[in-house]
Amino acid sequence: MAQPTTSSPAPPRPAPPAAAAGPVRRRSRRTSGHLWRHVFLLAMTAFAAFPVLFVVSAALNPLGTLSSAQLIPTGASAGNFVQLLTETRFPRWYLNSLVLAVSNAAATVFLSALAAYVFSRFRFAGRRAGLYGLLIIQMFPQFLAIVAIYLMFSTITDLRPEIGFDTHWGLLLVYMGGALSINTWLMKGFFDTLPIELDEAARVDGATHAQMFFRILVPLVTPVLAIVGLLVFIATVNEFIMASVFLRDPDSQTVALGLAAMVADQRDSNFGMFAAGTLLLAIPVLAVFWYLQRFIVEGLTSGAVKG
Amino acid sequence: MVRNDDGAGAPAKAPAPLPGARLAPRGGTAGHLVKAALLALSAGIAVWAALPLIAAGNWFGLAAVATVTAVVFRVYLSERHVPAKYLLPGVLLLIAFQVVPVLYTVGTSVTNYGDGHRGTKEQAIAQIEAASVAESEGGQDYVLTLAARGDAATGELVFLLTGEGDRVLAGDEEGLEPLPGARTGPTGKVTEAGGLTLLTAAEAGERSEEISQLAVPAGEGAGIRASGLSAAYEGRATRVYDEGCDCITDSTTGEVYTADDERGAFVGEDGDRLSQGWRVGVGADNYARVASDAGIASSFLSILGWNVVFAAGTTLGVFVLGLAVALAMHTTRPLRGRTAYRLLLVLPYAMPAFAMMLLWRDMFNADFGLINRMLGLDVDWLGGTGTARAAALTINIWLGFPYMFLIATGALQAIPRELVQAARIDGAGAWQAFRNVTLPLLMVAMAPVLIATFAFNFNNFNAIWLTTEGGPFPADSPMAGATDLLITYTYRLAFGGQSAQYGYAAAISVFIFLIVTLISYVSLRRSAALEEVNR
Repeated sequence: MAQPTTSSPAPPRPAPPAAAAGPVRRRSRRTSGHLWRHVFLLAMTAFAAFPVLFVVSAALNPLGTLSSAQLIPTGASAGNFVQLLTETRFPRWYLNSLVLAVSNAAATVFLSALAAYVFSRFRFAGRRAGLYGLLIIQMFPQFLAIVAIYLMFSTITDLRPEIGFDTHWGLLLVYMGGALSINTWLMKGFFDTLPIELDEAARVDGATHAQMFFRILVPLVTPVLAIVGLLVFIATVNEFIMASVFLRDPDSQTVALGLAAMVADQRDSNFGMFAAGTLLLAIPVLAVFWYLQRFIVEGLTSGAVKG
Repeated sequence: MVRNDDGAGAPAKAPAPLPGARLAPRGGTAGHLVKAALLALSAGIAVWAALPLIAAGNWFGLAAVATVTAVVFRVYLSERHVPAKYLLPGVLLLIAFQVVPVLYTVGTSVTNYGDGHRGTKEQAIAQIEAASVAESEGGQDYVLTLAARGDAATGELVFLLTGEGDRVLAGDEEGLEPLPGARTGPTGKVTEAGGLTLLTAAEAGERSEEISQLAVPAGEGAGIRASGLSAAYEGRATRVYDEGCDCITDSTTGEVYTADDERGAFVGEDGDRLSQGWRVGVGADNYARVASDAGIASSFLSILGWNVVFAAGTTLGVFVLGLAVALAMHTTRPLRGRTAYRLLLVLPYAMPAFAMMLLWRDMFNADFGLINRMLGLDVDWLGGTGTARAAALTINIWLGFPYMFLIATGALQAIPRELVQAARIDGAGAWQAFRNVTLPLLMVAMAPVLIATFAFNFNNFNAIWLTTEGGPFPADSPMAGATDLLITYTYRLAFGGQSAQYGYAAAISVFIFLIVTLISYVSLRRSAALEEVNR
């Protein structure tokens, strides 16, 4: 996107299997190349968006019940939103969710990038075991580990209630336990694509390993940092099971917990509020995506070596 | 954490120092200051954590804090161990909140831990005796005030008992103790109890079942129970423990229950067990039960088969769709609506997953579901094996493909365009260039993600539990549904019945873990990622 096109006319690009089924005709590629893209992307967009349209319609539905909700909005009313914001603790939940998600995303990106850097650039004892260990530890069914974490934090709550149950610090600590994960592999893969010549040049110029990391490599892997940050942000906003164990005080709860409780008993009549809350929860995620997508620019790597 | 620290600036196993090593970088002053501040901070945190541990006499916890602090200082003050400087913070958190819980679970799998087997034998005896208390003549009566430690609705329940002379005792599951600071009203009800929350009548009413079940051990085989919400009586236990025979005798029926230290329960002559037992190690019994239980063995293979199909189908589905979308958008030429496409395509991922699963379940509903209404059909989607499985896969792919689209976009952008251009100049077709240049490079970055996706979906509890709940269930087997994964099946077996059996569930979890690890390991070995790791 950001990279200026090279001098060769109509730069070639990899084509997906679908396009390769028929012979590619050079002359018509300029038009048909984009036509199949649009047809395919429109079909996928429809698939992706129609359940979301249903949520929008249900949120605007003046009756606010599940059985009366349609795909296309039948009326527009802000009643569900007003009810949600004034009669429940939704604003408080919302703030809690945002604070947790932003802190966890920032911490995870930082910790994971540090680890990915050494996994990619250093050779040391335990490197292979560490990389495999990160994958394997995640294959353990997590719902039982919750029993252990619950017992652990029962003790911590007695000793230091500041980081115990009903606090965001305690929950954040548990989330950060998962900072080194598949995200580290993902980042390592990107560090691997940066040519080693960069490091060598920097070392000759007298950079320490920390300067090399913070000043040279991190700016070049911004796309993957942005992607991982987004993924962690979304996962934290959606996280449900661990939060339900930790946050029992209604004032400390997150949107996911609040909404789930809302429809647990009164599914039909609270459906409008549920849909409205779902939409409001999606807004920060979309905003973060919107903000980060400008970082997801291509050509950084090749730009760096060429320069 | 380690800005500009004064390492040699070379990778760990760097060759001998370059000529002119005295001129080698030493890092900046600012870096040293940051490092000193962070070390001081971690020392402060260590003290902060150690104080209550010392006060509580928790020497194990104190040793853990001391060890961690020592390791932190060792790693960051040394000029060697450069990789450790970068790995330490993440690894410490990983060990505390992922590795330890997993080890704990494995440890639990060789015990009978669960409802009725939670505490020690002494606790079980105290509970059995107190619970069997029956009102006896001449037993003391108390005026009862209900209180809780902490929150009125969830805090631990405490009985405040006003006896003769308005002396107030506080009693809970553990026993009785005097409460000197309490004040009582004219009826003997406690009006103020330092540190405890007094329950209002409404709050007490909410917890009436709990109140009727609480039995306060009063020593010597006596116990105190509530009679209504404002009176309590002391009575004699009808079941009494005798240390001599290590047994419990029920004085009303004459039945004798002998302690079985292997099973952690008191067992009567006819094989009856008392419901309050204690926690004991049972060795490999839980594992043997998984392998030998006829009900489990017959369902296990069919569930495993569908489980593999579900995980592999989801992984393949999200990979193909996500990559196809990423490729469709991966072009240097301007693509109209690129931003709009991106934003709309990432929608399924941006919406809260748990909410969307519940929503999809309602859309597939046979009676008022949106899909039947829109298509004019009358299909019971979640009622038939084939359609329910297709629905579960559709929902899961819908939720997952935007993630793969983001990953694939990032991975595609990291592949230098020059490589593909060179291949095309050398005469490769578009498909050949994709198949032989782009895809192998892509797989290096994506193989671990695909394996993690597979592993995650192998145990994707929510995707099944919030949509089909494992159903539909065949008439002859109400425990194993057509869309059940091993994990939802385990959950129903372990927690779905009358009582939780953590020990048994932990054993099945270990089995699941071994299966997933084996499958992942084999596929990882075959993938290009291994070469990267070994490089």
